[in-house]
Amino acid sequence: MPSDTSAELALSGPIEAGVATAVALDGVSVQYRVPRERISSFKHYAISWLKRDIVFESFWALRQVSFDVRRGEVFGLIGPNGAGKSTLLKVISRVLQPTGGRVRVFGRVAPLLESSAGFNLELTGRENVFLYSAVLGHRRADTASRLDRIVAFAGVEQFIDAPLRTYSSGMLARLGFAVATDVRPDILIVDEVLSVGDAEFQSKSTDRIEQFRASGTTILMVSHDLDAITKLCSRAAWLEHGHLRGVGPAADVVAAYAAATVT
Amino acid sequence: MNVHMSPIEDIASYDSDRVRRPLVREAVDLIQYRDLLSQMVVNIAKARYKRSILGVAWTLMNPVLHTAVLTVAFANIFRASLPRYPVYVLAGLVCWNFFTTTTVFAMNSLIWGGSILGRIYIPRTIFAAAAVGNGLTSLGVALIPLAATMLAMGHPFSLALVTLPLAVLLLAAFVFGVSLLVSSVAVLFTDFVEFYQVIVQALFFLTPVMYPVEILPTWAVSLLRFNPLFYLLEMFRKPVYYGQFPDAATTLVATAASVGALVVGWIAFTRRVDELPYRI
Repeated sequence: MPSDTSAELALSGPIEAGVATAVALDGVSVQYRVPRERISSFKHYAISWLKRDIVFESFWALRQVSFDVRRGEVFGLIGPNGAGKSTLLKVISRVLQPTGGRVRVFGRVAPLLESSAGFNLELTGRENVFLYSAVLGHRRADTASRLDRIVAFAGVEQFIDAPLRTYSSGMLARLGFAVATDVRPDILIVDEVLSVGDAEFQSKSTDRIEQFRASGTTILMVSHDLDAITKLCSRAAWLEHGHLRGVGPAADVVAAYAAATVT
Repeated sequence: MNVHMSPIEDIASYDSDRVRRPLVREAVDLIQYRDLLSQMVVNIAKARYKRSILGVAWTLMNPVLHTAVLTVAFANIFRASLPRYPVYVLAGLVCWNFFTTTTVFAMNSLIWGGSILGRIYIPRTIFAAAAVGNGLTSLGVALIPLAATMLAMGHPFSLALVTLPLAVLLLAAFVFGVSLLVSSVAVLFTDFVEFYQVIVQALFFLTPVMYPVEILPTWAVSLLRFNPLFYLLEMFRKPVYYGQFPDAATTLVATAASVGALVVGWIAFTRRVDELPYRI
């Protein structure tokens, strides 16, 4: 491997014609603007503003990132903590507007979140299915018709009218997964959460994701588990300090990243 | 026009270059996510009412107890100018409580519930909208003790009560606007909610909730003309307490205040909307 790790890997080739694109990133940049001193108090801000000494520091979470994810592929994102992987997923799932560049997404995106994100622990399991489903943008009537299937997949039939705070963490994770993946999305975003529930549920969830992939869903996953990336993904991108260091076949990118990390 | 024809599936379902301006996008998406909005409102009500009988009792009793205290303190003073004083105070408190609880709730729910905004896209105005929906539910419940008090004191129910929905609508629009405005500040500074509560406390005494306008000196009355809540309260009290249709001037000013607050709040909030995931 070349010792000069700052050189971008020449793994990224032009996308061959005829392959449909699922996500297209063109020079995407995201800038966080943070005050040098963390000012979160109104009084403090008023004083600082009067004295005109609020200094903002800008910090680029992503800088000129460009690559395409092809339709139907399993695509991995790797890189150290703080590389910008989660920021990139947020840009793709339209949570963050990019500061610069252009993001295009072709199809419906479903993010697989940490289980608690869309839930209200004081409400019952049933109420939470409707709530989380609405957060994902589904109509209530549509969710009602799919409720039994969701509950059965999560395996929480007996507890569905109990408040969510009585659920175990495994049950929460199962219910979250079941709601988020009940309708096949065009693009599924997986952020280190594949290991939900017990062994039985893990195989069930892996089966479902495999089914999605077989029927054409694009899967975008972030993981620190390089073996999993090599095994599951066809291609991968390596991010570091917000810059794209390489993109290409998963095995090559993982090898390059591993080599750079060790040296 | 784009002459290059692309197959349907190649049209991006999300294109960061083609997103609508937040000013418009939030309105479109708020309608799009109306099912989520109605569920948020129902869930807040459930958490408050279904889980505890005390929740219902509190909503009913809070303005009544408040009225009782104010009646003991002031009914004698205002005996001549405000007969059946409890009806006057209660009508004012119903509106006042709607204003304060909703604006504070909107800020808190955005601050505490807003972490979802960093994980998944939902319209950001939905928190303030749900707060208003929740406030309207409470206002509806609070009309029960108001009607009961009117009955008990033999206060006449006037035909002018048909204008009450308009008064509530204008008040709700105003409160939604203010909720958005204060929310846009509250996400920047965590102590703003406390600061706001002090302001509201002061505003309570600058709004004729528990006293008649007539007791104020002339200079204070001319100041009161700049308080939009004065007109909105008047819209509500005219039919309830005075048994009269609200006059044209009051209706006009109240409408202007509501629309103005809504426009200002909407612009202030949606200008900041794309920064929110960075802030919460």
